[in-house]
Amino acid sequence: MAGQLHDSDFKNPVVQWIDTRLPIFTMMQKEYMVFPTPKNFNYFWNFGAMAVVTLVIMIVTGILLAMNYQPNTELAFDSVQHIMRDVNYGWMLRYIHQNGASMFFIVTYIHIFRGLYYGSYKKPRELLWMIGVLILLLMMATAFMGYVLPWGQMSYWGATVITNLFSAFPVVGHGIVTWLWGGFSVANPTLNRFFALHYLLPFVLVAVVGLHVAALHVTGSNNPLGIDVKSPQDTVPFHPYYTAKDSIGLCVFLLVWAIFVFFYPHALSDPNNSIPANPLQTPDDIVPEWYFLPFYAILRSIPNKLAGVCLMFGSILVLFVLPWLDTSPVRSARFRPIYRKVIFVLVLAVVGLGICGAHKPEGIWVPLSRICAVYYYLHFLVILPLLGKLERPLPLPESISKAVLRRGGGPLPQAATAKPMEKA
Amino acid sequence: MRAVASYVAAALLLGSMAAVPGQAQEAPTPPHQEWSWQGLFGTYNLADAQRGFQVYKDVCSTCHSMNDLHYRDLAGIGLSEDQIKAIAASVTVPQGLDDQGNPKDGPGQPASMFRAPFANPEAAKAALKVAPPDLSNIINAREGGPDYVYAILNGFSNPPPDFKLAEGSNYNEYFPGHQIAMPQPLHGGDVTFADGAPNSISAEAHDVVTFLAWAADPNMVQRKQIGWRVVLFLVVMAGLTYAVKRKVWSDVEH
Repeated sequence: MAGQLHDSDFKNPVVQWIDTRLPIFTMMQKEYMVFPTPKNFNYFWNFGAMAVVTLVIMIVTGILLAMNYQPNTELAFDSVQHIMRDVNYGWMLRYIHQNGASMFFIVTYIHIFRGLYYGSYKKPRELLWMIGVLILLLMMATAFMGYVLPWGQMSYWGATVITNLFSAFPVVGHGIVTWLWGGFSVANPTLNRFFALHYLLPFVLVAVVGLHVAALHVTGSNNPLGIDVKSPQDTVPFHPYYTAKDSIGLCVFLLVWAIFVFFYPHALSDPNNSIPANPLQTPDDIVPEWYFLPFYAILRSIPNKLAGVCLMFGSILVLFVLPWLDTSPVRSARFRPIYRKVIFVLVLAVVGLGICGAHKPEGIWVPLSRICAVYYYLHFLVILPLLGKLERPLPLPESISKAVLRRGGGPLPQAATAKPMEKA
Repeated sequence: MRAVASYVAAALLLGSMAAVPGQAQEAPTPPHQEWSWQGLFGTYNLADAQRGFQVYKDVCSTCHSMNDLHYRDLAGIGLSEDQIKAIAASVTVPQGLDDQGNPKDGPGQPASMFRAPFANPEAAKAALKVAPPDLSNIINAREGGPDYVYAILNGFSNPPPDFKLAEGSNYNEYFPGHQIAMPQPLHGGDVTFADGAPNSISAEAHDVVTFLAWAADPNMVQRKQIGWRVVLFLVVMAGLTYAVKRKVWSDVEH
C-alpha cells in the first residue's frame, strides 16, 4: 500500500488532487452526505446538531470577548462594562455569550432526555453515551469558570462556595482548595487561571465532541423505535434529508436564543452580578445559575458536607454506568410500559430539585429536595436494574420500514397525525 | 417587565427559574410603575432622561459616582455636542500627571469620565460612614429594577412609633430592613427644570429613574431594533426550511 494514492471518485481536478492525497472529501461524503440514517427520527433528534452549533457560536463570541476582557480582579468588572458600553456591538457579543450558556444547557439537557427516553445509551452505544457524560462534565466546568469572569458578587461568592466544596474531603481537602485558588482565598490568581481554563476547555470540548460524533458514526444513530437498522429501506442519506430537518430545529432554536438576547437579556441573570465583587459583603443567598440548581439542591439537602458533595458529583457520575444499570434489552420507552412512566417521574424529580435549589434550604424545601434526591438515586440504582427483569415489554416491530409503512398506509388515519411520542 | 420576562423564562425552563433570591429582611414589593422603555417596542423618553440627568447632576452626584459613563455618552439622551462640551467643561477632573510627575486637574472634555464626588470608595466611606453605591448599573443591580429605585426615592417617612431606628439611619418603607443610610435625597422642588416640567418628589424620581435606566442600558433601543430584524429573518428562514424539508421528504414514507 505504501506510496499509493487514495482512490477518489471526485471529478473536480483540484478536489481530486487533494482527495487522493488526503481523502477528507471522501470522508465528508461518506459521513455527512450519504451516511445512512434511520428514516424515522422525530424532532428530538435535532438537539445534537443544535448543541454543536451552540458550541461554535460560544467559541466565536468568546474569542471576541476575550480580546476586550481583562482577567484581573481590579479590572475585570469594568472591562465587562467597557465591552457592554464602548466596544462596537460588544453588548451583542456579551448577551449572545451570556444567554448562550443557558441555551447550551437547555439543548444539552433535552438531548440527554432523548437518550434516556429512547435508550440511546444501550449496547452498542455505551461508549458513545459515556463520552457524552464527559462532555456534560466539561461543559459544567467551563460554564462555572465562565460565570466567575465578570467578577460580580455572584461570580465571586459562587466561586467561593463551589471551590470550598473540595474542603469536605478529609486530609487533602484544604490542600486541594488552596491549590485551586492559588492562594488562601478566591482572588486574582483564581480569576486569572479560571480565565485561562475557560479559554482552554471549549477546545477540549471540541475534541471530545469529535470523539462523540466519531463513535456515533461507528454504531449509527439510534431511533425512536430503538430497533436496529435491518436493511437499506430503513434509512435515508443524511443529506439532504436530515440536513433539511435539522435546519428547521436550528432556526426555531436560534429564534428562542435571539428573543432572549435582544428583548430579555437579563431575564436569566441575577441582579447581584451587576454589583462588583466584594469579599467583605456576602449576598443574602448565594444561588448558582439555573442549570446547576438541581445539583445544588442535592448538595444542600444533605446535612453532612462530605456526603452532600459526594452525592452531588455522584448524581452525574452514576450516568457513566447507566448502560449497565438498565438491564432491559429493549431500548425505546415506547415498548416499555412502566419505564415510560417512571422516566417522567425522574424528570419531575429533577425539575423539583431545580425549584428547591432556587430557595433557601429551610421549611418545606428541605424535605422536598430530600424526597427528590432520594428518588433520583432510586431511579438509577434500584428501579432500572429491577425493571429490566420485571417489566413485560410490548412486541417490537420487525423493522423500521415495516413500522413506518403500517403507520403511513394503515387503516388508522389518526395514528399518522399523532405526535411522535404517542405513536407506540 | 423584568418580572414578566422572568415568568416567561420560568415557563421555558420548567419552573426551575424561580431562582429569585429571597430578601433577608422583609420589605414590601415595590409597586409596578409604567416605564416608557419597557415592552418589546419601548424607548426612553429623552425629555424625561434629560431632566433626570439634571436631577442626578444637581442632587445625586453630591454623593454617588457613575464611573461607567463619559460625558460624550450623554448624546444618547439627546444632548447636543455643544451642550455636552459645556457640561464637561463645567467640572474639574483629574487629568493624569503634569511634567513634574504631580497629579494634574483640568476642565472636563466630552471624553472625560463623569466626575466622581469622592476619590475612591474609602474616601466616601470616611466622609459618609457608608460608601454610596455607584449608580451606573443600579437599575440592573437591584431586584425590581426601576420600580425599586423609584419606590426607595419616594419611600422615606417617619418611622412607625414602635420602630427602633439606629443612629445615622433613615426610615424607608421599601429598603430591606427599613433602615437606610442615605438621608431623603428628593423633597420636591430640588431642581427647577428649564422646560417648566413639574418638580414634585415623584416627578423628579420618575425622571431620574429614567436617566438611570438609560445609563444602565444605553444600547437598548438599538438592541430592540436589531432584534426585530433578527426575529423576522429567523421566522422567514424557519418557514422556508420547513417548506424545503417537506419537499425533500415528499418521496419518502416516514
